[in-house]
Amino acid sequence: MSTAIVNPDFATALQTYKPVLGFEVHVELSTKSKMFCGCPTDFGAAPNTHVCPTCVGLPGSLPVVNQAAVEATIKIGLALNCEIAAWCRFARKNYFYPDMPKDYQISQYDEPLCSNGYLDVDVVDESGEHHTVRVEIERVHMEEDTGKLLHTGGDTGRIQGADYSLVDYNRAGVPLIEIVTKTIEGTGELAPEVGKAYVTQLRELVRSLGVSDVRMEQGSLRCDANVSLMRQDATEWGTRTETKNVNSLRSVERAIRSEIIRQASVLDAGGTITQETRHFQETTGDTTSGREKSDAEDYRYFPEPDLIPIAADPEWVEQLRAGLPEAPGLRVARLQQEWELTDFEMASIVNSDALDLVVATVEAGADHTSARKWWLGELTRIANNDSVALDSLAITPAQVARVAALVDEGALNDKLARKVIEGVLAGEGEPDEVVASRGLAVVSDDGPLIAAIDDAIAANPDVVAKITGGKPAAAGVIVGSVMKATRGQADAGRVRELLFAKLGVTE
Amino acid sequence: MTSPTSLTPDEVAHLAGLARMSLTDSELARYAGQLDQILHAVDRVGEVAADDVPPMSHPQPLVNVWRKDEVTPGLTAEQVLAGAPAAEDERFRVPRILDGE
Repeated sequence: MSTAIVNPDFATALQTYKPVLGFEVHVELSTKSKMFCGCPTDFGAAPNTHVCPTCVGLPGSLPVVNQAAVEATIKIGLALNCEIAAWCRFARKNYFYPDMPKDYQISQYDEPLCSNGYLDVDVVDESGEHHTVRVEIERVHMEEDTGKLLHTGGDTGRIQGADYSLVDYNRAGVPLIEIVTKTIEGTGELAPEVGKAYVTQLRELVRSLGVSDVRMEQGSLRCDANVSLMRQDATEWGTRTETKNVNSLRSVERAIRSEIIRQASVLDAGGTITQETRHFQETTGDTTSGREKSDAEDYRYFPEPDLIPIAADPEWVEQLRAGLPEAPGLRVARLQQEWELTDFEMASIVNSDALDLVVATVEAGADHTSARKWWLGELTRIANNDSVALDSLAITPAQVARVAALVDEGALNDKLARKVIEGVLAGEGEPDEVVASRGLAVVSDDGPLIAAIDDAIAANPDVVAKITGGKPAAAGVIVGSVMKATRGQADAGRVRELLFAKLGVTE
Repeated sequence: MTSPTSLTPDEVAHLAGLARMSLTDSELARYAGQLDQILHAVDRVGEVAADDVPPMSHPQPLVNVWRKDEVTPGLTAEQVLAGAPAAEDERFRVPRILDGE
């Protein structure tokens, strides 16, 4: 493989090449028990405590399908406008890797439970214009998750250079749904945004069905992004790479963008793209070559002899279809109308992954304007800073609603409210407790304010002259110095009122 | 059903590689012959199965044998690791996965 000698930026790459995308998204179902045995599925248990002879592949054990997992898969398929197979089988995917104790994974091969669907994805471009991109779904199939490897020795806990590895099979056999798109062409410079919007909206859809908690940071939703480039005048697809380790919505966008730039630089230099698995590196935003599986993929699939075929009763399928919740797209449209928001404002909420949080905050009594302000502003900033998902911050919608109410009542100003949020996140208790323990209430007693105003007036005779001379805008200086004197705990509006009353001018 | 062509030592070497088996050249040649005989024997099914008989994966005409989504007791870490050749920190210890590098 040749190394890049030119490094085109994204726009230049797009002048020469058309990106072609494809996605494989794995969703861990939130069933109580595993796909083929009765072991629990909870995340974070002590190693090798959610195991039994079936999921560690001991001789003589037999798998039995979890009906709830089949039902959840059908729901996902229906929500994605798929056909549901009248009859289908499981298949064995054979490979040796320590994360699979049986040396094969039970999956589905040429007979997926759901196929030929689509998801209409709403993508907003830089100028705020909306585009609907239909992402066609090839298949949705059932399989089982693998165990977790911990690489020991070597420098960074990576498989390269490790001396040996440790395996925890708690996750082995957890129901896993793979959602595979057809090839997505024609997205052009919107490719990274289309990728992010697809995964975001797919996740909203699956979450709305209540079949998975779809937490990317915990791995219950995982995305592999396939990217290839073709010259603008070409008719055939180029060689694709598959990027794994894309663990956040933002990373989907970054990974596609950087892979487009990397492939363009290789092609521009006269090189060829190697078909390979690559890994997204969160810290650099680049993808690096995987080289984990040196064997050509030869899984020797065959029908799983230990499992009986699935034949979903059409009546059951129709019952499930009738019970599907409001589609997230329709819900977004409904809320946008209720809240009278612009397309851009609504898209900001969805893309920040804040919709459920804003809705819950509104339900807890806040108005949507302050709910949006806190979740999209201060809380998003903190979440990004700490690289955690917005909904894993240690503050509830009810607590945010309480902070908003305190601001509305005039008990807090924005600056103090941010400190209250800081306190809640630090585990100091409910907003009111933080207000009390940190002494954060706005100074509402006029006495100290009037004293501070008198001091400020005395210290700024020139400013006072301007205000009384017809320039009320100059009052900012006085208000600022009063705020400073009260260490930010005054209500700026009240300070203004008192100042103007004192000087006998009207605003 | 296609009639089997002869299995070559190269194909046996590929399968041996997938099965993580190390075979000598003479073993490859010997097993190619033996496997070839087995494949031919199995292929005789094709002589009696007409086109209207679909390939069968399961002998019983059953569908939808499944269980309720209920947690059942399993093994403890101690029990499951009892048969492991090596264990560390309540986990199975396996040899280095990637060679070299």
